[in-house]
Formats: sequence, C-alpha cells, structure tokens
Amino acid sequence: MTNAYVTAASHPVRVHDVAVIGGGIVGAAIARELAGYDLSVAIVEARDDVGDGTSKANTAILHTGFDAKPGTLESALVHRGYHLMSDYAEVTGIPVEHTGALLVAWTDEERDALPGLRDKAVKNGYDRCEIVDADEVYRQVPDLGEGALGGLTVPDESIICTWTASLAVASEAVQRGCELLRGHRVTGISPHDDGTLLHTSAGDVQARWVVNAAGLGCDYIDQMFGHDRFTVTPRRGELFVFDKLARPLVPKIVLPVPSARGKGVLVSPTIYGNVMLGPTAEDMTDRSATGTSEAGFEFLLGKGRQLFPRLLDEEVTASYAGLRAAIDHGDYLIEVDSAQRYLLVGGIRSTGLTSSLAVGEHVRDLLGRSGLALSPRDDLPPAPRMPNLGEAFRRPYADAELIAEDPAYGKIVCFCERVTAGEIRDAYASTIPPTSVEGLRRRTRVMNGRCQGFFCGAEVAALVEGAGRSDEQSTRQQVAQQQVAR
Amino acid sequence: MTGSIVERPAVAVVGGGPAGLTAAANLAGRVDGEVLVLDRETAAGGIPRHSDHTGYGIRDKRSVMRGPDYARRLVREAVDAGALLRTSAMVTGWSADGALEVTSPDGRYTVNADAVVLATGARERPRTARLIPGDRPHGVLTTGQLQNLVHLHHRDVGKKAVVVGAELVSWSAVVTLRETGCSTALMVTHHDSPESYAAFNLAGRFALRTPIATSTRVTRIIGKGVLEGVEIEDLGTRRRRVVECDTVVFTGDWIPDHELARSAGLDMDPATRGPRVDTALRTSKPGVFAVGNLLHPVDTADIAALDGRHVAQQVVAYLDGARPAHTGVSITAAAPFRWVAPHVLRPGDPPPPRGRMLLWTDELIRTPRVSVQQDGQTIVARRMPWPASPGRVFRIPSSMLDDVDRRGGTVTIGVQ
Repeated sequence: MTNAYVTAASHPVRVHDVAVIGGGIVGAAIARELAGYDLSVAIVEARDDVGDGTSKANTAILHTGFDAKPGTLESALVHRGYHLMSDYAEVTGIPVEHTGALLVAWTDEERDALPGLRDKAVKNGYDRCEIVDADEVYRQVPDLGEGALGGLTVPDESIICTWTASLAVASEAVQRGCELLRGHRVTGISPHDDGTLLHTSAGDVQARWVVNAAGLGCDYIDQMFGHDRFTVTPRRGELFVFDKLARPLVPKIVLPVPSARGKGVLVSPTIYGNVMLGPTAEDMTDRSATGTSEAGFEFLLGKGRQLFPRLLDEEVTASYAGLRAAIDHGDYLIEVDSAQRYLLVGGIRSTGLTSSLAVGEHVRDLLGRSGLALSPRDDLPPAPRMPNLGEAFRRPYADAELIAEDPAYGKIVCFCERVTAGEIRDAYASTIPPTSVEGLRRRTRVMNGRCQGFFCGAEVAALVEGAGRSDEQSTRQQVAQQQVAR
Repeated sequence: MTGSIVERPAVAVVGGGPAGLTAAANLAGRVDGEVLVLDRETAAGGIPRHSDHTGYGIRDKRSVMRGPDYARRLVREAVDAGALLRTSAMVTGWSADGALEVTSPDGRYTVNADAVVLATGARERPRTARLIPGDRPHGVLTTGQLQNLVHLHHRDVGKKAVVVGAELVSWSAVVTLRETGCSTALMVTHHDSPESYAAFNLAGRFALRTPIATSTRVTRIIGKGVLEGVEIEDLGTRRRRVVECDTVVFTGDWIPDHELARSAGLDMDPATRGPRVDTALRTSKPGVFAVGNLLHPVDTADIAALDGRHVAQQVVAYLDGARPAHTGVSITAAAPFRWVAPHVLRPGDPPPPRGRMLLWTDELIRTPRVSVQQDGQTIVARRMPWPASPGRVFRIPSSMLDDVDRRGGTVTIGVQ
C-alpha cells in the first residue's frame, strides 16, 4: 500500500495509486474492483452523495443485453454484467425481481421486426426470447391497451433497486479501504512528477492513475487531459411513477419495439411496488436540466393512455427527469492513455447499471496491462448486506421477530412507504450516511410515497436534523442549537 | 406473516381523527366487547391536532374551539367512554382471513374484530399528483405538511409564499404562514371566484391583505435546490408570469386515504374515490363500515365526527345480527356535481347522517335548483337558498329522496 502523505503546492496531499472521478455506479464499481488489490484508491465525487447523477434516475432495469449492438464492447459487458450483478444482488441483498419483459408490436412494421430482434438477441448471447401472438400478449398483460399485434418475450429482463445497487457497490469500495471524497468537484488538473494532481472544489487530490467515470461531465474531464474525442449530449428523460395501487395492472416490463431514436417509452413495475412510465428522450444543452416539462407530461400521458388506459385512473406519485450521458459514439468508449496514466470510461448509457461490475473488471484488466501492479488482497472484508427496499421481499415493518427485538422497526415514520424509525437510524449509522433528505429518501424510501410529505414530512425533517435520532429530546436540542446559531 | 398475537375486539376503528374517535366514543360500552382505535400517528386527534385555529366543534359539540383543543376533547371522550386507544399503531393491510395486520413499536399483531370502521380520512394532492412540471426544490408543501412543521414541530418555513387554492383550508395555510413570519404574496385559484365563504374572503383580503389571482393556474416550479418562484398562467389571456417566492403551499384538492379500503376489495366510488356506502355507512363488505372524509373529501371535522355518531348505531345493529334486506338503488351525481355521498339507498335503511346528502360542485351556482331523477322521471326539484360553491361540500336534505323507489333504477342528483 502506498499511503504516503507528501506536501505539494503547500497542501498536504495524500497520493493515491488510483483516483476515480465519479461516484456513480460505474465509478464506484471500478473503485471497488481496484480496492480488491493492494492499491490505494479514491473516489472523487462532485456531488454530496454517491449515485446522485445519472445513476439515480434511470429506468432501473437489469438488462439481459438482448437488444445491444452485437459485437460491441457494450454487448459484451452488459452480458457479463447481468450475471455479475445478479449474483452480487443475491449476496448483498440488492432487491431484484425477475419480472421478465414483453416487447409489444403495434404496427405491421414492428411485428415484422420481431424475428430480427430475436436473432440479434442470440448474437448477444441471449437465446430465451420468443415471438408470441396477440392473444399471448394479452394473456401475459391483460390490461394492455387495444391494438397489440404480437410481441417478443424477454423472460430474464428484471427490475432492480438502482439506489441500493449504487450504494452497495460504493459501500463495499469504502469498506475495502477506498477513500470517498464527496463534494469534490474537479476543476482542473496538472501533471505531477508521479502522476496527476486533481484540483477540486475541496482541495487537491494526487494520484498515479486517474480514471474518468464522470458521467455527464466526462467530456470536460477528458478535455482537461488534452483530448477531444467526443461530446456528451445530455438526453433528458422524464418519467412518471404511478401509485402502488396501479401495480397489479403491470405484471412485467412492457417495451416498445426500438427505433433509431432510442428505446422508446416503456411501462414497468418498480421494485418499490409502483408503476413507472417513461422515459421521454429530449436532447438538451444544459447538463443540469433535470426539471420536468409540460410537453413531456403531455407526451407521457398520451402514451400512458394508449398503453394502459386504466393506469391514468391512478394517482401520479412522482415525476422526475433524469439525464442520460449520450455521446456521439455508438459504443462504450473505454480507452487508456498510458503516457498520462489516464483512462476514460465514457458513453456508459442506461445499460451502465447492469454492466457496472463488468466495466470494473474490464478497467482493471486494461490498467493491469498498462503497468498498474495488481496484487490481490487476501484480507478483504465480506460484502455488505444492504437494507431491503424491495416491496416483494420482507421489510422491517412486517417482520414480527425483528420488531420484538428492536421496537424501532415497529415505529412507522413514513406511512405511505412504511419506513420505520429503525431504518432511518440505520441509514445514518451506515458506511455512507446520507447528507440530505434526498439521500435519506434513496436509502430508505422515506417520503417517496403518495402523500409526498403531507403526513410525515415534518417528522422526517426532524429526523434529518437529529441524524436519525427519533427521540424528542435530541430533536429539540438540535432545533435549539440551530436557533442559537441563527 | 404476522406474529402469533391475535386480538379479538368487538369493533376495530382504523383512524383516530374526529370520525373514528366519535364512533369509538359512541360504541364503547354499547357493544359486548372491546372497542379498539388504531391510529398510526404518535398522537390521536387527526388533522385538527395541527390546525391551530378556531372553528372546530360547532355542529357536534355545540361550541367553538381551536383544532388542538377539539382533538384533545375527542380523545378524552373516547377514552372516558372506555374505548382502547393505540397510537403509533398502523394497519398495514388485511390478512387472508380478513383480519387487520398492525405494526407498532409494541409488536406486529393481528386484529380480528367482529366489525371494522374505516376512518382513514383524506389528504391533499401534492404537487406531483397535480402534474405540475418544473424543478424539484425544497419549499414545496401541502397544508398538512406545513401545519405539521409549524404547529407540531415548531419550525419556520420561508419568508414569501404562494398559496395554491382559495378554499377554507387555503386560508388556514395563510394564517399558519403568517404565524411563522411568512407572508403570502399571492393566492392562486383556477376558479373564477374564490371558493371559500365570502366573509372569510373579505377578512382575508383586508385583514390578511392577501391578493388572489382567480382563473389562474400554476404551470411550473422554478428553483434548483431552493425554491425561487412559480410560473402562473392567466387562463383567460394565456399570459404567463413568474411570481417570486421561497415557499409554495398546495392546498385542498383532497383525495381519500383509501388504500386499506381498496386492498379490502371494497366497491369504490369512482367520483369520491372512497368506498361506496349506503345511508347506514355500510361498505360492500359485511361488517366493514366507513366514515368521515374517507367518504366525502372533504367536509369539516364536525361533519366527519357526526358520521361517527351515526355509524355507531348501525354497528350496534350489525353486531345484534341486523342485515340489510335488499341491494337498494345507486345514487349518482350529474354535472356540475362531481360526486355525491352516500351512494346507495336501501329499503328500510335510516336517513344518512344529519339527514343530508353531500355533494361536490365544480361550478359556483348561487341558488341552485336541485333535481332528483329516477328512471328518466324527475321525482323532485327544489331551489336551494344557499349556493353550491366549489371547494366546499354542498348539502341537500335527504328528504328530497323520500319519494325514490328504493327497489327501482339509479337515482341521479343534478341541477335544472
């Protein structure tokens, strides 16, 4: 291990073997993988939390990779990543439901495209797709709107908790000794005798190798290293999340037949027991444009009406927009610049959730071939066991034994999502505690339900201030301290 | 599954707000066995607990008091009557055999009652359910969340607010905001006149000095992290402008908290979105009753409480073995009425609570001529001396249904 502290430019700076820029699921997976070797690794994240950029607002599907472009790096890594992530989810408790997917053809043209899609799936190493007729489509999804002509089944497409996945991978990286630097936005770089000095909004970070997994910002970072390979076009996707009472309408992921424009609008059950409709696909210039729009809403409501007419009778619990880091390149762009000891991980689109662990392995191999000494550690801690946020699996509020042992799991704070005081306390005591209400929401589901805080918002705010302590005393002390501070 | 603990009260009341507590107070001692109230909040009393203004108790207690005082009185009366009250006890669902599954710090247990009264109330639709696009900053609230923050947790909100809605609860939000030092820059309503009582509007305009934009809707929320303003649109001119504010409160637009009712498989009324009930407040499932704003989102707390008084008699009769004789006739609302409650009239059943049918209108009609029709015939039409006004329940005497054939076709209540 090389954890020496040296003085550079009058700041004491820890020299890492590898600095990974970006604490999304891809960056975290790379850091976790490298931290399995005798290396000092840092995650340099601009935001206040891990998994807080494109990783948090995707469609949360664990892809088989059936529709990837055969022969691409993406196809290979999604295929491998599917199995890695499925196993990892099993070990760490990331909730996954193997709902399967159904691609629905609504026109003759789309129906004619189904055999080609099935063949493509085989080329991607997935041979379980089947073409089905309209009767079978309606047998599988009885509430689907009228007019379906046929479909293609993808029995192994699954839904996963994207928040828990990001957090599990990042937590394991930290437990393996990786240094997590949140709130460190990289503003510039300068070459240094033995690597690179990253200038960040919270001080300098020095590393022998730099991995750029900065998602939406990865072209900027790439330019800092003198490259001009690609541009990120943020593609905004707006999504609706419908009330849990809608879930019986949508037993599996319902996909459109893909077109040149992207994968189109899908309807999917969510791991939290809701139904998701979206995303739209809108190219933006502003990389912070995560607002939703009237046009997007209108488009989604139109699609929803067509796909599941009864869906619109239910309430919309949440609407949000995510930005996908689309690049002008048809594949993942993972390239080493040995001279600068710099590696780019760009163009990881929505499949990155599935492929992340395989990307980690791939990056490890590339770095190893480029001279990074990889000596496996034999003292690795066991993988973390994550709290279950999945609606299909037992949650603390329903666990009689757990409540008998610790009454905090019987104290439901968020009624709509049935989140207990015990879970909130645990989140604050975890490896990567939340730094905001949003972070707490992603760790526990608190306030994510239909009332959006009507009942529990104030209680949760008090818990956030008390960092998970639910007793009145600590809350009052916190408020009093705040008032003094003012 | 739940733990092995099973409780067997005579009656389980789900929800300890005005309707549930009043039902319990009127049932305890009158039934053979326990009356158990389950409330998921840390303190019972429901929404009046955090509505720290006067106006409560008029019709049920014949006196006027502040919300928290009213809540405490209802709790005391239920307990004094002998009802067993459990707080922090949330009913999360129904077991396969129809019992209630409960989670509380005391444990996870099952309640297998002879009769169940659902009194789960209603909530305001948040911004997301109203499909308002834009950013997702802090400072976007409902009245419920605002009053919880201010009155129960003693917290401040911002300095300058926009209140969406101009009905009674909206003024309640304005008053709460003012108490915390937050001024209301604008009230916004899509109606062409404010919904609430004229007197209150006068008070509002002059005492609270709150401007109201009528025929206006909110089209966008603006602000990254912190709320900076809302974009509003004049529905007449389609002109839009941004109102700067650091707080926005979405008020009214109530929806019943109907999850338990739906998961029980009860027949639901698509208009109220609550369970369908007859005038005895029976749902479609024998032994399951429903009261309060779960049925009529929303009427005032005293009206909800009087549902509780009404249902007590019906629950007692049910436990004594009485069963309705006939399926009865459906009662539906015609435009401009959005809904009516109760929804079923059966032969031999009592009049509804207070002898009133409750309706909700989407349009202001100053002296509506209300008609009752059955099988294409107008049975009665009568001009009401009071207005049908959006944002509050419109009540008509149930005696207007006296000549309905309770074994006939669907009854429609409309305006001529």
